[in-house]
Amino acid sequence: MTINLDWGIFLQESPTGDGPYWTMLATGLQWTLATALTGWAIALLVGSIVGVLRTVPYRPLALLGDAYVEVFRNIPLLVQLFFWFFVWPELLPAEIGRWMKQDMPYPEFITAALGLGWFTAARVAEQVKSGILSLPRGQKNAALALGFSLPQTYRLVILPQAFRVVIPPLTSEFMNIFKNSAAALAIGLTELTFQMKQMVEYSNEVIVSIAAATVLYMMLAFAVNRGMAWLEKKARVPGMIGGGR
Amino acid sequence: MIDWQLIADNREMLLDGMLYSLTLTGTAMAGGIVIGCLLALARLSSFKPLSLFAAGYVNLFRSVPLVLVIFWFYFLLPYFGLSIGPDKSVFITFTLFEAAYYSEIIRAGIQSISRGQVSAAYALGLTYPQTMRYILLPQAFRNMLPVLLTQTVVLFQDSSLVTIIGIKDFMGSTVVVASNNGAMTEMYTFAALAYFCVCFPVSMLLKRLHKRIAVIR
Amino acid sequence: MIQIEKVSKWYGQFQVLADCSTQVSKGEVVVVCGPSGSGKSTLIKCVNGLEPFQAGSIIVDGISVGDPKTNLPRLRSKVGMVFQHFELFPHLSITENLCLAQVKVLGRSMDEAHQKGLQLLDRVGLKAQAAKFPGQLSGGQQQRVAIARALAMDPIAMLFDEPTSALDPEMINEVLDVMTELAQEGMTMMCVTHEMGFARRVASRVIFMDHGQIVEDAGKDEFFGAPHSERAQQFLSKILQH
Repeated sequence: MTINLDWGIFLQESPTGDGPYWTMLATGLQWTLATALTGWAIALLVGSIVGVLRTVPYRPLALLGDAYVEVFRNIPLLVQLFFWFFVWPELLPAEIGRWMKQDMPYPEFITAALGLGWFTAARVAEQVKSGILSLPRGQKNAALALGFSLPQTYRLVILPQAFRVVIPPLTSEFMNIFKNSAAALAIGLTELTFQMKQMVEYSNEVIVSIAAATVLYMMLAFAVNRGMAWLEKKARVPGMIGGGR
Repeated sequence: MIDWQLIADNREMLLDGMLYSLTLTGTAMAGGIVIGCLLALARLSSFKPLSLFAAGYVNLFRSVPLVLVIFWFYFLLPYFGLSIGPDKSVFITFTLFEAAYYSEIIRAGIQSISRGQVSAAYALGLTYPQTMRYILLPQAFRNMLPVLLTQTVVLFQDSSLVTIIGIKDFMGSTVVVASNNGAMTEMYTFAALAYFCVCFPVSMLLKRLHKRIAVIR
Repeated sequence: MIQIEKVSKWYGQFQVLADCSTQVSKGEVVVVCGPSGSGKSTLIKCVNGLEPFQAGSIIVDGISVGDPKTNLPRLRSKVGMVFQHFELFPHLSITENLCLAQVKVLGRSMDEAHQKGLQLLDRVGLKAQAAKFPGQLSGGQQQRVAIARALAMDPIAMLFDEPTSALDPEMINEVLDVMTELAQEGMTMMCVTHEMGFARRVASRVIFMDHGQIVEDAGKDEFFGAPHSERAQQFLSKILQH
C-alpha cells in the first residue's frame, strides 16, 4: 500500500466557502481559543466563589458549595452541553427562551463557553478549597486576632496565599479546558476538531488533516504549559510553601 | 419534566446503551491499567530509549482532546484497511487513551514508595521482577486505588463522547429516543439525572475509601 | 571474606568515594564511622551492589561485585543488610516479611521458612508479634525484626547501615544488644554506626572515613587509644564528649 500525502492541500480552496483549507483550521483554532479562554474566565470567577463558600464556617453556604461541585462533577460534559443548549431555553420564561433560540448571537459559542465555564468551575472550586485548607490554621486565627473581619481575612490573608498554592493544579485544569472545548463540536461549534473533521471529509487527505490538528493542539498545550510555569515563577514567595522548589 | 412513559417504552434501547457504556468503561479500565502499568515501568526504566518512548506516548495523548483521538481512530483505521466499525474500534481508542492517564497515576504511586524499600528487597536477593511484583506494586496500588477508581468515573463520563461518531452508548441511545419522539427536553434531563445517579454514589464511596487509606498509611 | 580494592565513585563531577581499600575477614567485626557525608553509607552499599561504583573492585566470598556477569541477586541473598529506616515491607505481616525472600529467593518451602522465621523472631525476643504488621511495632522492634529477616537467609556476613540512628534513645540498646550477641557468636559484620560504646565492646577494627576517603583503619585499641590522623582525633573528641 502506498500512502500519498498532499501537504499542498492547505492552500487549496475548500468547498465550504471558508476559503483555503488552512483558513478553515485557523478559524477552528480561533473558536477553540475564544471558547476556552472565555470559559476559563467564568470558571476562575465562579470556581473561586464556590471554593471559598465551601470553607466558610456557615453550614448552609458550605453545603450549597458542595452541592454545586457534586452536580457539575458527576454529569458528563457532553450531557451538560446538551442540557444548556437544548433544554435550558425550554425551562426559562417563554420570552427569554425564544430569544435564546432565535436572536442570541453565536448561540453555539455562548453556550459552549458558559457550559465549559460552569463545568470547569467545579474543578477549580475543588482546588481552591484544598488550597485554602492546606494553609496553616494559625493564619486565619492570626488575621482574626488582628481585628480583620472574616471577608477581610479571606481577601487579604487567605486567598493570596491559597492562589499561589493552587497554581500548579490549576495549570492542568487550564490545559483541560482547551481539550474539553472539543466536545462542543457536538452542539455545532466550529472549533478545531470540528474543522479537522470537515477537512477530512471534503479533502480526503486523512493523514495530513489529522496531523495538522494534532500539531496545533500540541502547540497549544506547550504554550499553556510554558505560560503557567512563568506565572508560577512570578507568584512564588521565597521561603513559602513550594517557594523553594 | 421527565417523560417516564417514553422511557419505559424505550427501556430496552436505553438499557442496551447503558450496558455498552459500562462495557466500554470496564474494558478501557482493565486494558488501560495493564498498559499504563507497563508504560509507568518503562518510563521509570534507566534504559533511555524505553523511557523516552513512554514519555512521548504519555505526553502525546495527554496534550490532545479525547474527541480528537476518537476521530484519529475513526478515520485512520478504515484508511489503513482495518474496518471493524466504530463501535468496536472505540474500545481500542479508549484503552490506548486511558493508558496514558493511568500510567501517570501509577508512576506517581510507584514514586511515592521510598527507595529504601527497593534497596531492602534487592538486599534480600529479590530480582527486579520479584521486587516489582511482591514489594513495589502491591504497596503502590494500595496507595493509588482511590485515584485509579476516580479516573475510572471520569472515564465512564468521557465514554459519552462516542455519541459524536454515532455510537449508541447510553447518551447515544438517549439522543435517538429524543429525536425520534421530539422529546429533547425530557430525554436530556433524564440523561443528566441518570449519569448523576450512577456517578454520585460512586464518587461518595471513593471519597470514603480515600480517607480510610489515608488513615492507615 | 570482603575485599575492597581502590574503590572510587562519582556522582557526576562530585567524587563520593576516593580509592577506598580495606578488607573484612571471616569472623571480624569492622565498625565504619565518620561525619555525615563522608561516604560511609555509600561504601557499605557498594559491598552488596546496591550502589554501583566506577573504579576499583570489591570481592565478596570470591565473587566480584562490580562484574556485570555476576548474579547480584544470588550474591545479595548471601549477605544480610540492615537499613537505617528498617525497610520492613509495610503491606506484609511480620511473618510474611520474614518468609518472602526465603521462599522466593532461596526456594524454601513455606513450612520451612515459617519455622526458621519464628525461631529467629524468638531469638530477637519478638515471637509474640508474629501476626502483626510493621506499622504496629515500635522502631526498636521493627529494627530487630529487620535483623531477623536478614538472618533468616543464613547470610555469610551482615552489613549494618546506621541501624540505630533513626531510633529514639531508649530503643537503641535493645537493637545493640542483638548486634552484640551476633558479634560474639562469630558473625562477620560490617557496621556503619556512631555507637562508639558498641565499637569498644565488639569491634575488631575501626575504619574512619572523611570526604570519601578511608583516613584511618586500625585495631580497636589503637583507634581509641591514639588515632593517627587529626581529623579522627577531632571526630572522637566531639563524639565522646557526650
